Amino acid sequence: MTKITLKQTAVMLLAAGVLALPLLSSSASAQNDPIATRKAVMKSVGGAMRDPGQMMRGQAPFDLAKVKASLETFVETSGKMSALYPKGSETGGETTASPKIWEAKADFDARLVKFGADAKEALASITDEASFKANFPKVGQNCGSCHEIYRVEKK
Amino acid sequence: MSKRQVLSGLVAAMLSGAAGFWLLTAPAVWHMLRAQTAVATVSAPRLENGQTLFWAGGCASCHATPDQDDRLRLGGGRALPTPFGTFRVPNLSSDKQDGIGAWSEQAFIRAMREGVSPDGRHYYPAFPFTSYALMGDQDLVDLLAFLKTLPAVSGRIADHDLAFPFSFRRGLGLWKWLNLGSGPYQTQTGQSESWNRGAYLVNGPGHCAECHSPRDFMGGIRTSLRLSGGPDPEGGAGYIPNLTSHDSGLAKWTAEDIAEFLKSGFTPDFDSAGGSMASVIKNMGYLGDADRMGIATYLKSLPPLASNKPAKKAP
Repeated sequence: MTKITLKQTAVMLLAAGVLALPLLSSSASAQNDPIATRKAVMKSVGGAMRDPGQMMRGQAPFDLAKVKASLETFVETSGKMSALYPKGSETGGETTASPKIWEAKADFDARLVKFGADAKEALASITDEASFKANFPKVGQNCGSCHEIYRVEKK
Repeated sequence: MSKRQVLSGLVAAMLSGAAGFWLLTAPAVWHMLRAQTAVATVSAPRLENGQTLFWAGGCASCHATPDQDDRLRLGGGRALPTPFGTFRVPNLSSDKQDGIGAWSEQAFIRAMREGVSPDGRHYYPAFPFTSYALMGDQDLVDLLAFLKTLPAVSGRIADHDLAFPFSFRRGLGLWKWLNLGSGPYQTQTGQSESWNRGAYLVNGPGHCAECHSPRDFMGGIRTSLRLSGGPDPEGGAGYIPNLTSHDSGLAKWTAEDIAEFLKSGFTPDFDSAGGSMASVIKNMGYLGDADRMGIATYLKSLPPLASNKPAKKAP
């Protein structure tokens, strides 16, 4: 086997470092701008509501794969959300997050956990259109019940 | 003129001014001159209609005891912060001492249409009697009957916390001359049944304009801009949306979109209503599809009015 020279090692480490930079900076930017990040995450939740929402309204044909994809988005995003509301991010950007979030963080976090749990349960229980119509509404109701308390009007 | 004559003239002017003010602000005088007496023969109360009106009227959203989940438990106590001070929502339960359990139909009709309490004092328009004034006698009788079926909750709520001059309750008599119509709703013959139902629900029990309109310095709705949105009257920093058919309002929504939103809380973009509107959506969920579509039909018919939203500051 060819011996790796010191120079080659240095180049490899440098390359690894450069490649790792985007990873570091994205988590750093989440810390630097939690408001922008959480708005993007929330928007993706709304986006994931579109397919199952239209199916519930009879505006689109039932598609199990799309329903599961949306539910998986709900599970993933609900897991990320709590960390995007750190202390100090009450202000600092255009946000409709109510100050109540930080007054009752435990309740806020618990609702996110419930959202994820409801989505996970629906992933298991939805196998066809009938079970979709029966079991999906419970997942969608998480949105309003949290927003009623923790979201304020846009400025 | 002698000094004495001037002085007695001034005193006379002040006394007649005070008497005039007293007359003008007297609840009884308003009642004599403006109130609509019984408009239709009232039959036995219909509890189902009363329940529909209870949800359309949003009573629970203000009057339900805070920090608990039973929306039919109307012990009051919620604090409403406004630019005029903090209002404390009273007990609306069927309790005979602390709620409305002992109220007569006449007292309830007077409270809802004229904003006057059973002991003859003006209510503050944080209680939106300016909208409830559109409700007819039968509807009010039905609503009172339904309210009296709900559980009694004991406990009187403390009075409001208002800064002078808003603490001067009698002054509301003047305010009413400018801001209170004599109701109730008159069916418009050129419009469909659905439109009329929507117009009644929006402007009457639904009291949508109370949040969705800009107000003047006295806190009265600016009539020419009614329903075009406005700053949050509960003192929050946010802006309440425009409901007219302007681009900044509901121009891009169909009537079906509006009816669906009122049912599910999801906008056409699947954004989900927050804050007080989420509570309204819960209420609207109890109305049938026909009532929600009536509201949508009426809103879509509103001529476009640009919203008054202040321009965003540059970042």
